[in-house]
Amino acid sequence: MAAAALLRRLPAARAPATAFMAARPISDSTATLTIETSIPFTAHLVDPPSRDVTTTPAELMTFFRDMSLMRRMEIAADSLYKAKLIRGFCHLYDGQEAVAVGMEAAITRSDSIITAYRDHCTYLARGGDLVSAFAELMGREGGCSRGKGGSMHFYKKDANFYGGHGIVGAQGQLFEALNISALWKLPAILVCENNHYGMGTAEWRAAKSPAYYKRGDYVPGLKVDGMDVLAVKQACKFAKDHAVANGPIVLEMDTYRYHGHSMSDPGSTYRTRDEISGVRQERDPIERVRKLIYAHDLATAAELKDMEKEIRKDVDAAIAKAKEISMPDTSELFTNVYKKGYGVESFGPDRKEMRATLP
Amino acid sequence: MLGAARRQLGSGPMLGQVLRRLRPAGGDERCERVLPPRQRNIILHVQMTVRDALNSALDEEMSADPSVFLMGEEVGEYQGAYKITKGLLDKYGPDRVLDTPITEAGFTGIGVGAAYHGLRPVVEFMTFNFSMQAIDHIINSAAKSNYMSAGQISVPIVFRGPNGAAAGVGAQHSQCYAAWYAHVPGLKVLTPYSAEDARGLLKAAIRDPDPVIFLENELLYGESFPVSAEVLDSSFCLPIGKAKIEREGKDVTITARWLVMLFRSNALLKGFSSTDANYLSIFLMYFHARFCPQAAEILSKEGINAEVINLRSIRPLDRATIHASVRKTNRLVTVEEGFPQHGVGAEICMSVVEECFEYLDAPVERIAGADVPMPYAANIERMAVPQVIFFVFHHIFLGCFIRW
Repeated sequence: MAAAALLRRLPAARAPATAFMAARPISDSTATLTIETSIPFTAHLVDPPSRDVTTTPAELMTFFRDMSLMRRMEIAADSLYKAKLIRGFCHLYDGQEAVAVGMEAAITRSDSIITAYRDHCTYLARGGDLVSAFAELMGREGGCSRGKGGSMHFYKKDANFYGGHGIVGAQGQLFEALNISALWKLPAILVCENNHYGMGTAEWRAAKSPAYYKRGDYVPGLKVDGMDVLAVKQACKFAKDHAVANGPIVLEMDTYRYHGHSMSDPGSTYRTRDEISGVRQERDPIERVRKLIYAHDLATAAELKDMEKEIRKDVDAAIAKAKEISMPDTSELFTNVYKKGYGVESFGPDRKEMRATLP
Repeated sequence: MLGAARRQLGSGPMLGQVLRRLRPAGGDERCERVLPPRQRNIILHVQMTVRDALNSALDEEMSADPSVFLMGEEVGEYQGAYKITKGLLDKYGPDRVLDTPITEAGFTGIGVGAAYHGLRPVVEFMTFNFSMQAIDHIINSAAKSNYMSAGQISVPIVFRGPNGAAAGVGAQHSQCYAAWYAHVPGLKVLTPYSAEDARGLLKAAIRDPDPVIFLENELLYGESFPVSAEVLDSSFCLPIGKAKIEREGKDVTITARWLVMLFRSNALLKGFSSTDANYLSIFLMYFHARFCPQAAEILSKEGINAEVINLRSIRPLDRATIHASVRKTNRLVTVEEGFPQHGVGAEICMSVVEECFEYLDAPVERIAGADVPMPYAANIERMAVPQVIFFVFHHIFLGCFIRW
């Protein structure tokens, strides 16, 4: 419905450019496009940024490609988990791609990101590659954490991605972080990926005030349509400028996850299937960009379909490659306990045989 | 919710009287009550999973005492993250089964406060790894209160949830907190193994007037154990601080507490001839209790008769049973899942050295998890937890017998 409203604002659609299909390549133009976000921003203690987002055809195509890649990766991870190649916990991000992609478009790799356990796509957005992502999920040595972290502990220090963490909640700690970053005017952006459910508990059952963008109290905040990649980009750009000049700011991304909380949660005991399919119909981030691409005649349906096929092949190839990688060497049990181990001895469960000196 | 409970129970001086009427004094006496002889002769063995044991214990204690209530993430509408609290919201309503936001420090604080006022909360941590968010309340608000107030404020609270390693859940979700909590005076720490343990110890914990840390293990929830009619009775209760001899033996004592990944090790043992008069006490801690019977079977084929002790209670530790066993067998192996340094096995070893050193024919052998954060990859994760193959071979054969 939001996309329809957007399309109505555009000039009347031209006749499908079938005549050009064979001749015109997918647009990689860097000419400026100005597109309006789905809805206006809601602001707390700050003037919201404009709804008009500048982008380029090349950027829109990149958004489409990156989000489709993330979507495909998460769906493939679902299958791998069911095939028992991924063990333990697996929290999937499909539906929330616009947040990871839009954010990266507004910041640089010298800006640092840290996140919770739903981190596969954040890793990819930070420059991570498919093979190391799948290898990590399957516990192989080629993984981004050499197989020692698993799904919840992806890291990429050289891209200033600080993980991948399993322990969440801590509302008191959030307030401590807000207080100290405001007191010391730290350039911090606190992003709430509000997918409306904390595991199986809906936000209205868990929060007295689900207006999380206001939660900062004295810290300004912005509520953003997290399913609109351009809105996310605009908000993050605004937030970065604000944080660098004035200190912390809260961004609430109104987003949605199609999967349950994790692979052991069907995701349908606390939400209706209608709700899930409704969001998919009305607000899917990839479909929104697809419509924009058509509206601005940047590519045809066939071309996008080819791109998606290509992505699917890439993902399958990455999985195949990751499956070939071996598990970590047994000596890895004792590596990286410390940065500087002072030659201390560390023991395995069998203290006689399994021991190592930590360098 | 608390207001509603108070209205039911009255307040002020009435509250204490009402509570005393509901829960007769001397909870421990009830736990040691023995069924009359004719009932003891009825051997009815039903299979019960640990999950059902915990669920039924919660149900019965909530039914018997309206001051008992549950609190935690997803315990109500979701039926419990691991389905331990299934059906309880429907039965007892939202005043007694409270779904909390994801906020451990917050709901632990509320639970302790409720316990100060005489209610009996059972607080669930989705795993004990998350209890670290609330550990200040557990230690400083709950454990120490009775002492600091010179007995004015007791804290009849139970903290329960899965502890230790599961399968492939990585470093932040696999730690064992037994040693941490058992270190603290003022806390009681229980580690049930079987369905009987789960039922009896949880009931005892809920009835106990002190803060109890009830450490379960996710991998045991689905395991079935035979339970007798006595165990199924709603007044069934196990005493806190008493270990159980799972398997009597004469050669070595194995103390156990939890689940340790065990693999059958027959292949490796084929090279060994049986040694005579070999006695071994293996103390298995935690879930490794499951390994111990397996290990004991392997050992018995080699002529080693192992006594397996299921500790059940880490604090208070049943030193009497441990010492008596070591005096009988003269050899001791402790097995636990957690990190080795300053672990429960270290305490048991020291206790034995203090009390029955002259009875030891070999040094105490200690088997624990690896001294590293839990890795994710399956092959090295397997190496980070005790395997029966390891401790049977190296620690028992070599450590207890061949070298000594």
